[in-house]
Amino acid sequence: MNAPPPEAKKDFRDEELLASVIADLIGDARHVAVGNASPIPALASLLARERGKGTPYVSLLGSPKHTFFTDGGRELFDCAGQGRIDVFFLSGGEIDGEGNVNLVSIGEYEHPTARFPGSFGSSYLYYVVPKVILFRTEHSKRTLVPRVSFISAPGGSPDNVHRTGGPVGLITNRCFFSFDRQRKRFKLASIHPGHTLAEVIVNTGFEFDRPPDVPETRAPSPETLRLMRETVAPELAEVYPQFAARVFGIGKSA
Amino acid sequence: MPMIARTLDDALSAIADGCLLAVPRESTGVGMAATRALIRRGIKRLSLVALPTSSLQADLLIGAGCVETLETSAVSLGEFGLAPRFTAAVMAGTIRMKDATCPALHAAFQASEKGVPFMPLRGLIGSDVLDHRPDWVVMNNPFGNNDPIVLLPAIKPDVTLFHAPMADRAGNIWIGRQRELVTMAHASAKTVVTVEKIHEGNLLDDPQLAAGTLPGFYVESVAVVERGCWPLPLPEHYPWDGEHLKEYAKLAATEEGFASYLERYVYERAAA
Repeated sequence: MNAPPPEAKKDFRDEELLASVIADLIGDARHVAVGNASPIPALASLLARERGKGTPYVSLLGSPKHTFFTDGGRELFDCAGQGRIDVFFLSGGEIDGEGNVNLVSIGEYEHPTARFPGSFGSSYLYYVVPKVILFRTEHSKRTLVPRVSFISAPGGSPDNVHRTGGPVGLITNRCFFSFDRQRKRFKLASIHPGHTLAEVIVNTGFEFDRPPDVPETRAPSPETLRLMRETVAPELAEVYPQFAARVFGIGKSA
Repeated sequence: MPMIARTLDDALSAIADGCLLAVPRESTGVGMAATRALIRRGIKRLSLVALPTSSLQADLLIGAGCVETLETSAVSLGEFGLAPRFTAAVMAGTIRMKDATCPALHAAFQASEKGVPFMPLRGLIGSDVLDHRPDWVVMNNPFGNNDPIVLLPAIKPDVTLFHAPMADRAGNIWIGRQRELVTMAHASAKTVVTVEKIHEGNLLDDPQLAAGTLPGFYVESVAVVERGCWPLPLPEHYPWDGEHLKEYAKLAATEEGFASYLERYVYERAAA
């Protein structure tokens, strides 16, 4: 159905759209933490801080300049356990329709057919950070699967398991799914400009809900684009020089 | 008194075949020169614990056949990709993997530091990480009502090995804000440290330096090795050697390539 009109020319990059959506999702937070190898969530978090004139606190792990921690690696997790981190980001080699995340391996655990680095902090942070935003820029049946091979962190827990956190949604290169924690199911919330419903359906390995009319993802405003390009991108370049060079053409070598 | 060793090999003599060796993550100060020296010595059957993750160090030790068991939360080369020898070893089943999650390792070291047998931790319940850890136990919170929680046994390493900016002649080590190195040293029977340089004077005499100092009381031996983290970074001193890590990632993709890397950069023979 509604294919984009041929004259619809985007004046923003895919990464800028994703960061803009994530920054809106961050909302009214006091402290956002971003794990390693997460340039788009880092861009979004710094954008949110710029818009909020210094709020939220943003902790970019692995960057001494962009973390305030002085008590070693445990401080992040101790903070999270106390509810002092409001937003975190997780990706996965596989993500399934119940919000389960796999960062370990495909196939049998003892005899895997593929091995990823490992679970990092996911098996804990997913439970105790109120808003976990899932992101996976490769939206395919290989990554969005009916059932993950290995649960690094489950999307939901039984009522008697202490759980103050969990997924709020999943953003991909094609769309944004919101997550319903009661029903343990994703709902297609918006489709990015230039992408179609048919394409989302064909490339998603799990079942999801959708309204009769799925809106288009809101494009970043000129003001948001200006902030990202002029103010945030140079800051990001200190942590993710290669990403900043590729996306924003910031000429600073690693 | 800690030994200020004459040679790197002397300092490493406390690290024996088959020991439980703890090492830190790459952004904290990884003893890479020491790691290459251990491989040259032919160390075997290590139980390696990387708090809470590792990169080149674990990959090298695994590829060189030094590791029997690995406990960590992740091994990768970060922006240089997957850790090829780790990946190959897990797929071939040649190492025993104890998959963990970062805060579980921090907590298990803290248990050892306090001299208590275990530490409780939230999360984990319902994950396959927990399912594959028969040594982790779920019990009911004795102070709560129908509140299951995971208990993690203390990790008590035989030796912790890391690299730091400086030591004094009393074996006090300045670690700055890398506080998990203190936890690791407290938790371990012995701690072996390489440093960039010797600080003349006592680090504990200056309150500003003392706050970031691991007392020599916990330290077994120290060796001076300039650029001891290379090609990994020493935080606030020198960055990654990106070109070298790219070369490693390329060579280590195959066993033959990895062997030539060892010849050239570990055994320092003229090959490759």
